[in-house]
Amino acid sequence: MEKLTFEFFGGAPVNATCAPALVGVVGSGNLEVLIEPAALDGACAIEILTAARGFGETWRAVLDDFFARHKLADVRISINDVGATPAVVALRLDQAVEDFLGGEK
Amino acid sequence: MRHAMKGSLMRDWNTQARNRQARLARAAALAKGKVVAAADAGALLETVLEPGDRVCLEGNNQKQADFLARVLAELDPEKIHDLHMVQSVLALPEHIDVFERGIASRLDFSFSGPQAGRLAKLVSANQIGIGAIHTYLELFGRYFVDLTPRVSLVCAQAADRAGNLYTGPNTEDTPIIVEATAFKSGVVIAQVNEIVDALPRVDIPGDWVDFVIQSPKPHYIEPLFTRDPAQISEIQVLMAMMAIKGIYAEYEVDSLNHGIGFDTAAIELILPTFAESLGLKGKICRHWALNPHPALIPAIEAGFVESVHSFGSELGMENYIRARSDIFFTGPDGSMRSNRAMCQAAGHYACDMFIGSTLQIDLAGNSSTATLGRIAGFGGAPNMGSDARGRRHASPAWLKAGREARQGRNLIPRGQKLVVQMVETFREHMQPAFVERLDAWELAESAHMDLPPVMIYGEDVSHILTEEGIANLLLCRTDEEREQAIRGVAGYTPVGLGRDKRMVENLRDRGVIRRPEDLGIDKRHATRDLLAARSVKDLVRASGGLYDPPKRFRNW
Amino acid sequence: MTSYYEASARERLHALLDKDSFREFLPPTERVVSPHLVQLDTPAAFDDGVIVGRATLDGRPVLVAAQEGGFMGGAVGEVHGAKLVGLLERARDEKPAAVLLLVESGGVRLHEANAGLIGVSEIMRAVLALRSEGVPVLVLDGGQFGCFGGMGIVARLCDAIVMSEEGRLGLSGPEVIETTCGVEEFDSRDRALVWRTVGGKHRYLLGEADALVADDIAAFREAAIGLLDTTPDLSLAALAAEHERLGARLQKFGALRDALDIWSALGVAKPEKLPLLEADAFNAVVAGKRA
Repeated sequence: MEKLTFEFFGGAPVNATCAPALVGVVGSGNLEVLIEPAALDGACAIEILTAARGFGETWRAVLDDFFARHKLADVRISINDVGATPAVVALRLDQAVEDFLGGEK
Repeated sequence: MRHAMKGSLMRDWNTQARNRQARLARAAALAKGKVVAAADAGALLETVLEPGDRVCLEGNNQKQADFLARVLAELDPEKIHDLHMVQSVLALPEHIDVFERGIASRLDFSFSGPQAGRLAKLVSANQIGIGAIHTYLELFGRYFVDLTPRVSLVCAQAADRAGNLYTGPNTEDTPIIVEATAFKSGVVIAQVNEIVDALPRVDIPGDWVDFVIQSPKPHYIEPLFTRDPAQISEIQVLMAMMAIKGIYAEYEVDSLNHGIGFDTAAIELILPTFAESLGLKGKICRHWALNPHPALIPAIEAGFVESVHSFGSELGMENYIRARSDIFFTGPDGSMRSNRAMCQAAGHYACDMFIGSTLQIDLAGNSSTATLGRIAGFGGAPNMGSDARGRRHASPAWLKAGREARQGRNLIPRGQKLVVQMVETFREHMQPAFVERLDAWELAESAHMDLPPVMIYGEDVSHILTEEGIANLLLCRTDEEREQAIRGVAGYTPVGLGRDKRMVENLRDRGVIRRPEDLGIDKRHATRDLLAARSVKDLVRASGGLYDPPKRFRNW
Repeated sequence: MTSYYEASARERLHALLDKDSFREFLPPTERVVSPHLVQLDTPAAFDDGVIVGRATLDGRPVLVAAQEGGFMGGAVGEVHGAKLVGLLERARDEKPAAVLLLVESGGVRLHEANAGLIGVSEIMRAVLALRSEGVPVLVLDGGQFGCFGGMGIVARLCDAIVMSEEGRLGLSGPEVIETTCGVEEFDSRDRALVWRTVGGKHRYLLGEADALVADDIAAFREAAIGLLDTTPDLSLAALAAEHERLGARLQKFGALRDALDIWSALGVAKPEKLPLLEADAFNAVVAGKRA
């Protein structure tokens, strides 16, 4: 397993009433994404535990684009990953944010 | 002059016919009319064949003359050797055994999927001389030029005592093989599942067939074209939505071929839902050159499909096809007749679009399924996935693609076929689908090929579709634009990350690259709920119980 | 129609229970994860593959658990087992109308060895203790991974089981039977045979499942509501009657080789047609014929 952490700044604070959200399943080619509010001095902290080692740069690129889509502050995102492709990772992240911010199901 | 004429009058111009008579005479004692007992099959082949013969063995994409293959592979190489095998597909172990045993030494073929590894080993061990690897239609063409079989070993569902053959739904390559052989003084031997008094219909006239053998077991047919909807992913649904909205609708794709895969199965399964919701029924996907994919059942039932002509059949679909004779090509007996050669021609000349998947794409859009250690060949995809320069009849799709390709260039106008390569940016085990250099180059070197085996040339590719978007290569005007357009949809692969960001943005502004949002597609709708059938059982339900899936796909 | 089979454990709970009524115990944010998997350098899940909590069903209070088959086949590890046991023990205090177990599990999580075994045996004990205090425990079984191993035993210790035809219920998995007894005895790749032997329809006909429903979360919900008033009976009389019923069943069917033979013996005219029937049609055909 490899542990990766990323931090992003410059996001906008979320509504305090946002409840934590979990999407995805920890199965082969898949991942679970837990997103919750956290007092982080405005940071968006993303922590990943992944079974696929050596893809740090790929994660960075995917998360850079994710943060460009959803500039959130004071949010912690925790991920358990079993070798999901960037397409699936981006999909789950977007789904998690949508649930978190209270979008339509 | 007189001397030369005398020489030509002296020449024996009918050697082949005489040789054929000699072979038949040698074998006469083994046959009752045209019927030969299975136990005498080996003796028949030994008397009919001569060393060095060019032999066609029906290894089709799906059906296999498996009994004759086994008998051939068990012949005595002292008596029968150095055969030159010409066949579409090397599917069975026996197809390689004949080379290992020294019965055959030369090969011309098209596809070798299941035996690709063993074939590669034979090549590196110098136990085989490969003439060339072809596409199906190309190989069929050469049966009439310089690869005419002397003896053909074919398979059919049934024969009568006069040698007439019923090949039924899985007619596949048989007519073309038999015609080439029979009309060049060759010998045709058919293994059949049964010998009957009255055939449902005659697919191959008895005049063209010399010997008929009832095999101990029915010949093998592989269900290659069944895809379980349960395995289709959300990403594949998203790509299917993009294909329909971004290409099928844009170009009004009326006639088409789908390369087999889960990606295209997803497209077939969202026609009745997504395409219907866009008002596209009756406007796209009416005519198909396609095997009878079970995944197409919901689209047929929903009224999208008007006709399907097939290369071969698909196990379990027989009753459905029989009940839907308006759609499929069926005989007066009610069963389907497929024909690989004609369907290949249809897919090449009479279709607006080909769409299929691949393993690797390079920066010029060339794609290949070649991998090291395997010599798999081409099959029929290159005929579907190439521009048909001989085409002349117009359709909206063909004209529009041609216009886009020639926009702003001082060229005489013509149409162009849509050739779409559809692929997820990463394959299993995080292998990138986009590469700087195809593995095909290395394979060519190690297997001593003249050229790297490319399945579809970038010059023919009109669009590349990934989960990141659609790159319209028709609109690219330079090699550099083409490269950046490809990088622009290559996502987070090293090729994708190596993009020139500004150029890619510019290409997007120009509509050369279109992302899902540009197509008005909401990714939240890309779920399996959009599939008209989500399981094999759903397909059975959609067919009203007519589809009878093979055992391996059923849990009932 | 929302497929129970296709849905994740969380999606099943969301659609099965009364809207917005579900409150999760030990939610993923608590990160109560398996201490064993991290030692094995294997991915863990924030909820260790099981969701437990409180909700209402048709307005009545229930405690619920749903196993996520997609995580390690729903197998029970130490934490997973403790969550289930804790839920069952809590039910003894809260006395809900019922405890619902949405089971999808291969049984004990072998990675966790004895901790998993102990977990499953504690679940069994907790189920019986709860039922003896009058709270029914209902099992829903319709997921891809079926209900096998120790969880198969747990299921049969409960008051009732609702299955769809996609669901499976058994002890040893099909592959294990084939490896141990040979392919002649049981060909695990013959999927029709597997479903005939451990699938929902056969379990219903044998009397092990109490309802056979369509693969639709609404149908599972309706069946569960109908079972809310089940009264657990662990009396000696009830046990004796069950033993007698099982003995009679063995007498009648013990020598038969295939489920089709059993269905025939139960009086089904065309047993080979049963696997093709939709739930409603199936139930109509087999009405009054269960063992």
